[in-house]
Amino acid sequence: MGQQLETAEHPEQLERVVIEPLTRVEGHGKVTLLLDEDNHIRQARLHIVEFRGFEKFIQGRPYWELPVLVQRLCGICPVSHHLAAAKATDMLVGARELTPTAEKVRRLMHYGQTLQSHALHFFHLCSPDLLFGFDDAVRHRNIVGVIEDHPEIAKQGVLLRKYGQEVIRVTAGKRIHGTGAIPGGVNKSLSTGERDYLLEDIEQIVSWSQGAVDLIKQIFFEQLDYHMAFATIDSNMLGMVGADGGFDIYHGGLRARDAAGKTIFDHADYTDYEQFLREGVKSWSYMKFPFIESIGSEQGWYRVGPLARVNNCDFFSTPLAEQERRAFSAVANGRPLQATLAFHWARLIELLYCAEAIRDLLHDPDLLGADLLVRGELQSRGIGVIEAPRGTLFHHYEIDADGVVEKANLIVSTTNNNQAMNESIRQVAGQYLDGKQLTEPMLNQIEVAIRAYDPCLSCATHALGKMPLQVTLEDAQGTVIDRLEKSSSGTICSTG
Amino acid sequence: MPAAPVNPVLVFTWGNASRGDDGLGPALFELLEAKQLAGALPGVDLLTDYQLQVEHALDLQGRSRVLFIDASMSARAPYELHSLQPERDAGYTTHAMSPGAVLAVFEQINQRVPPPAFMLSIRGYEFGLGKELSSQARTNLQDSYTLVCDLLTAVPANDWDQYVAQAAS
Repeated sequence: MGQQLETAEHPEQLERVVIEPLTRVEGHGKVTLLLDEDNHIRQARLHIVEFRGFEKFIQGRPYWELPVLVQRLCGICPVSHHLAAAKATDMLVGARELTPTAEKVRRLMHYGQTLQSHALHFFHLCSPDLLFGFDDAVRHRNIVGVIEDHPEIAKQGVLLRKYGQEVIRVTAGKRIHGTGAIPGGVNKSLSTGERDYLLEDIEQIVSWSQGAVDLIKQIFFEQLDYHMAFATIDSNMLGMVGADGGFDIYHGGLRARDAAGKTIFDHADYTDYEQFLREGVKSWSYMKFPFIESIGSEQGWYRVGPLARVNNCDFFSTPLAEQERRAFSAVANGRPLQATLAFHWARLIELLYCAEAIRDLLHDPDLLGADLLVRGELQSRGIGVIEAPRGTLFHHYEIDADGVVEKANLIVSTTNNNQAMNESIRQVAGQYLDGKQLTEPMLNQIEVAIRAYDPCLSCATHALGKMPLQVTLEDAQGTVIDRLEKSSSGTICSTG
Repeated sequence: MPAAPVNPVLVFTWGNASRGDDGLGPALFELLEAKQLAGALPGVDLLTDYQLQVEHALDLQGRSRVLFIDASMSARAPYELHSLQPERDAGYTTHAMSPGAVLAVFEQINQRVPPPAFMLSIRGYEFGLGKELSSQARTNLQDSYTLVCDLLTAVPANDWDQYVAQAAS
């Protein structure tokens, strides 16, 4: 689905629809839709201006600065960059295996980060209007009513987020610019007071997380056909799994499966990622298009993130999340669940896992240990990979004999999902945008598809400003035919 | 996690110090923090972060006034100051919130009106990765520092609205 929409035979004869969020600096995206003379969608392209320049920002800096420095790359997931860089610097300092205390403190930090990120996505967008589209009020009116009648659901989301932030603060040492993970380990473990502080609320956190999964399941099953079909594409899926095949977002090997669930590669050493993955380029986008090398650029693109991870893993090690994974898998009848809106469901299963995993770790005495650091012989090449909230995150550094970074290559989660987002947009465009008339439901459906992936729009810079969404219809000569603009408050007006 | 006692006034800055003038908020935070450490800002709490998010609604609890401070590419130099109302975001990402949206979250989770809140937008010019504050931004920073100190130390709580209205005119 959708492949035929990417390359029209005569693009010069097509009309163009541009959907462009206007941001102040970087990180904006737009959707370009090209219509043919019969007003059918022939091309659809999602453009995201990738956060550029970070490799240059990093080059010339000493390697030991990396875990702190890279937190400046992204204001929404600094901990993900912190930990990926820390893993890469582990390799640089020859630390092949961390102490149990160091690994568990890092895992706790990572679970806290993922918990707060996933909670934000669901609860901040907890209105089904936002998750599933504004013209969908009838379909989801029961859920809308539930949330309107129970404002504590929104409060739970805020408190879940806050709890995750507290886990980060305790493990990283500070609310922002944390320094917890360092090359070869961590610089602090937990005190009994810190552990007990986090234990106070963990049962409530697990309970709220379970409630969130129950809510998303209710939403999903209320209109199962719609959720299974909307923006759904058949894709390969890539993610990390543990040595036992279980769900693991901190460390493991890479597993790729095709759309039918057949294994492409498994337990691949991520330090050899360049043997498995390639980063393609296209003339119309600044963002790269990674693909699985053995399949090729046309068919080798893949999805990462919650949907891929929950599909790819054999099991969750925590009981509640494993129960939910089985319910998730049952919907797809033995194949990977390809529904794009199932991202929301998978995200909350991961939320529940993180809550359970935090609880387990808080009862582990290793968290209080004093053996924090290991060191070996300095290496020139360091690669760290983790599963960030939005998907697989690669950090690759090469240093000189003085420990100064000569080369850096980062593949962030949203880049991994680049082609897949295009495919989902195309699917939606082909279904909803037939004709020259720009409509509010069309705009909303495009947003719903984008929102499912929760793409990182490089908002490490974010000074006060609105993010309106502008839709412009142009003919092949660039003449504006129609234009719609949507403000950040949701108001839509014609400006054509 | 019991709520810690708070001061009645909250000053909340945000931005990324590695992105040129986007660091205006954190830079002003540092100036104010130095003044506070000298004991010159009683009754004021200072917070800073990369960006605004939902949990910051919790930081508004127990406040009588809140002053948000951020860089802006569109504000008149050296700054603009205005009052804020709750306003829900309807964007397609969760990456950053407006201060009005944080007020809306406060209203949503507490079912009551948020404390009076004000926005200081400091004009910035260069937001490139790895850049320092531009010279114009530094000038605007000093002007903003003078304004905020005046607001926090010389303007009675009941007069903030009038002060802000005059600044906006």
